Amino acid sequence: MPEYQTHEYDVLVIGARGAGLRAAIEAAHSGASVGLICKSLLGKAHTVMAEGGVAAALANVDDRDNWRVHFADTMRGGQYLNNWRMAELHAKEAPDRVRELEAWGAVFDRTADGKILQRNFGGHKYPRLAHVGDRTGLEMIRTLQDYATYQPIDVHMECTIVSLLKEGNRVTGAVGYDRDRGRFKLFAAKAVVLATGGIGRAFSVTSNSWEYTGDGHALAYNAGAALQDMEFVQFHPTGMVWPPSVRGILVTEGVRGEGGILVNREGRRFMFDDIPENYRNQTADNAEEGWRYTQGDKNARRPPELLTRDHVARAIMKEVREGRGSPHGGVFLDISWIKSKLPNAEEHIRKKLPSMYHQFKQLADIDITKEPMEVGPTTHYVMGGVRVDGDTQMSTVPGLFAAGEVGAGLHGANRLGGNSLSDLLVFGKRAGQYAAEFAGRQSSPRIDQQQADAITNAALEPFNRDTAAENPYQVEHDLQSMMQSLVGIVRREAEIREALDGLKVLRDRARKVSVTGNREYNPGWHTALDLQNLLTVSEIVAHAALERKESRGGHFRDDYPEKDPSYGKFNIVIRKGPGGDMQVTREPIPDLRPDLKQIIEENK
Amino acid sequence: MASETSSRSIAESGERAAARSDTSAGTASRTASFQVWRGAGNTGGLQSYSTSVSEGMVVLDAIHQIQAESATDLAVRWNCKAGKCGSCSAEINGVPRLMCMTRLSELDLSEPVTVEPMRAFPLVRDLVTDVSSNFRAKKRIRKFTPRPPDAPDGTWRMQQSDADRVQEFRKCIECFLCQNVCHVLRDHHLHEQFVGPRLLVHAAQLEMHPLDSLDRTGELKENHGIGYCNITKCCTKVCPEHITITDNAIIPLKERVVDKHYDPLRKLVRLMRGNKTGGGKREAARGNDARGGGNAL
Repeated sequence: MPEYQTHEYDVLVIGARGAGLRAAIEAAHSGASVGLICKSLLGKAHTVMAEGGVAAALANVDDRDNWRVHFADTMRGGQYLNNWRMAELHAKEAPDRVRELEAWGAVFDRTADGKILQRNFGGHKYPRLAHVGDRTGLEMIRTLQDYATYQPIDVHMECTIVSLLKEGNRVTGAVGYDRDRGRFKLFAAKAVVLATGGIGRAFSVTSNSWEYTGDGHALAYNAGAALQDMEFVQFHPTGMVWPPSVRGILVTEGVRGEGGILVNREGRRFMFDDIPENYRNQTADNAEEGWRYTQGDKNARRPPELLTRDHVARAIMKEVREGRGSPHGGVFLDISWIKSKLPNAEEHIRKKLPSMYHQFKQLADIDITKEPMEVGPTTHYVMGGVRVDGDTQMSTVPGLFAAGEVGAGLHGANRLGGNSLSDLLVFGKRAGQYAAEFAGRQSSPRIDQQQADAITNAALEPFNRDTAAENPYQVEHDLQSMMQSLVGIVRREAEIREALDGLKVLRDRARKVSVTGNREYNPGWHTALDLQNLLTVSEIVAHAALERKESRGGHFRDDYPEKDPSYGKFNIVIRKGPGGDMQVTREPIPDLRPDLKQIIEENK
Repeated sequence: MASETSSRSIAESGERAAARSDTSAGTASRTASFQVWRGAGNTGGLQSYSTSVSEGMVVLDAIHQIQAESATDLAVRWNCKAGKCGSCSAEINGVPRLMCMTRLSELDLSEPVTVEPMRAFPLVRDLVTDVSSNFRAKKRIRKFTPRPPDAPDGTWRMQQSDADRVQEFRKCIECFLCQNVCHVLRDHHLHEQFVGPRLLVHAAQLEMHPLDSLDRTGELKENHGIGYCNITKCCTKVCPEHITITDNAIIPLKERVVDKHYDPLRKLVRLMRGNKTGGGKREAARGNDARGGGNAL
C-alpha cells in the first residue's frame, strides 16, 4: 500500500504563480491555514513571461480613463461572451490591486510627477498598463513571492497534484507527489483553489513552459465541475519564429505599444489593410497618427498593430499563407525605425524593452535597435476554463474555486493584453477570500483512503509496464503536432473530427506509456502523468471548437468565417457525464444589467 | 514615417538579418557529443550521449533531445526557456550558465560538451540540485516596510531615477549562479553564516528601495555575514542578467555597514544619544562593533 505524507489545511491553493500566490495571501490574511502547491520552484512561474504590463484604470497618464471604459474595452475585446459581472469587478478592483502591489514593494516605472506610469496596449482605449520595462510579470511574481514569504503559508515546492479528493459532492482535498523523491502527499482541505494556469502545452508552437498541461482544467473536469469557452484559445500574434529551437517564445506586445510596426516581405505595412468595423472609429487611418498615439498624443487613435490579438494573429497568418511572409515563415516586426523619430532611439529601445533586446541578441543574433524581428503567432493563453461564480470564484462543485487562467468568464472570446495580470490579482484575491470564508463554515474533511490508494496506484502504473512500450515524450509530441495542425489557429469541421479520432488513438497509446528509472525526479514519469491532463483538455477544446459553428475572437472556423449573432447569446459548457462521456451544452448568457448595457453603448 | 519606401527598407533589412541569422546559427545539422552528469546524492559520474544538433539550438534543447531519445529519466529543471525564470542553471564545460541561453554555436563541438549540476548545492539527481537554502535565507532578511504613503489616497510618489536604482537589483531571476560561484559558499560551505550574493542583492534592493523605511545594516553585519565577501567579483561575472552585483550592490552595502558601525565619530554620537543612529533611516543600532573590520576569508 502506498505511503503518504499527510497535511491538513483550511484552504489548499494549487498553483503558485500570480493567482495562486494572491489567493494564498488573501486566505492567510483571513486567518485560514493555507497550503500552497507549486509545480516548480517558488517564483519560477510562467507569470514571469508576462512582459507588457498590468491593466488598471488608474488614469495616471490619461485622466479620461476610468473603470467604465476599461469594462467596455474588456467586453468589446471578448466579443460580449464575457461574464459581465467579472468584467465589472475586474475593472473596478484592478486599480486597488495594483496600488497594493506597490505597498508590498513593487517598483513600477514612473510618470514625470512620480506616479505609476501606464502604457498603451492592444484593445485598451487609453494608456492603461502599469509596467516595469518589459519584465512586469517578474516584478509582480517577485513582489507576491517576497510578500508571501513572511505570511503563514505552507509552501510545497516542486509538487504536482494528480487528483482531487471528494466526499459526495464536496471537495475534501487532493493527492500529489513531490518531484524530488516521488513521495505521495495527501492533502485534506476544507476548500481548494485551482490556480494552475493554462493548456499551452497541448500545442507544439507555444509560449508556455512544460508546466502548462491543463492540470487544473482536468482536475476540475474529473471532479465534476463545468468548464466553459474552451474553444477560445489565444494565439499571441508575435512569437519568435527563428531559430527553430526558440519558435513560440513570446515577443511582447509592448514592442508595438512603443511604436513597433508589422511589415510583410514586400515592405507593406499590411495591418492598415483590414480594420474590423467595430474598431474603425478607434483606429488610426495613417501611419503618422498611429505614431503620435504611441507617443501619448491624446487626440490620436491607435495604430492597427494594436488591434486585438485574435485579429492581428489572423492578419499575420494571412500574409504568410499568401506568400508574403518573412524568410522563416513569419512577418517582420520593426522597432528600429523609430530612430527616424527619436533622438537616442537605440538607448530608448534598450531601456523600454530590455528583455526583448537581450532575448533577440542572445538567441537569434538580431539587434532589435537596428534590425527587424521575425515574428508569427504562438499559442499563448486559454480564455476558457472552469465555470465560476463571478463574485466568489466558486465552481459548480462546492468548495472548489478557480482563479487566473484556469478560471473562465472575464475574457469571453478574446483576452486583451494586460488583462491577465490584473485578472489574477483581482480574482486571486477574491478566490482566496471566499475560499477561506467557505472553509470557515465546514467541518474537518474526511479523507477516503481507498480513493487515494486507487489514484496513487494508477499513477505508478507507467513503472510496471513493458519497457518496450510507448515513450511518454513521443506521445506528447505527437499530440502537440496534431492539435497544432488540426485544432490550431484556423479550424475546419473535418479536421476537428479527425483530431477527435486521433485523440482516441493517442489515449490508447498513453495507456501503454512506460518509464524507466525510479521515482526520484524522473521527468519521464512526470510527462506520463501530465499527458493524461493534456489528453483531457485537448478533447474538451476539440468538442467545444466543433460546437461553435462561427468565427469569433480566438476561435476561427474556416468553414464558418463570419460571426453569427445567434452564437453570441450563450457559452459552450462541457461537463463529464454520468457515464464518463463528455457532455456539451449551450448555456445562455444572463441579460446585461441595464447600467452596464448603458456603459457599453456610451463607449461604442 | 511608414511611407512605403521606408517600410520597404525595413523588409530589406529584415531579409539581410534573417540571412545572417541563418549563417550564424549554422544551418547544417550534425552530431554532437555530450558528457552529462548522472547520479543522485553523493554518487554519480559523467555519461556520454550523442544527438543530432541544428540551427540555433541551445544546450537545454540538446538535453531535452537526449532525454526524449535515450534517457527518459534524465532529471533537469527548466521552465521559461527564455532566460527569464532562472531554473536551468548548470555548469557547461565548467562554466556556470543558464542552459537555455547557451547556444551550441558558441561552444567547441569538436570536443564533447560537459553538462554538470551546480556544485555549490546538494545534488538531488542528475542536473537538479537542492537550492532550498536560498529560500530559507531570504526569510532571515527583514521584509520590505514602506514609509507612510505620500498622498491622501494612500499612494506614493517616486522619480524614475529612484526606481532605476533598484530595478537593476529587482531584475534578478534567482538562478543562483552567483551563489554557486561564491567561494564562501562553494568552497567553505558557510551557508549558515553568509547569505551570499543573491541575498545581498535582495538586501540592497530593500536598503535602496525608495519607499523602504528600515535599516538592515546591523543584521547584514551580524547575521548575514557581509564581511565574508572579499569582493572577488566572481558573482558579477556569471550573472545572466548582468547585474553589477559586487560594485552596485555589495560594496555600497559594505560602505553603509562601515559608516553605521565602524565610524568612531558616529559611534560616539550614538553612545551619547542612547544607542540610536542619527539621520536617514532610523532604527536601534544593533551590535557593539566588537568584531573588528569584518571577517573576510
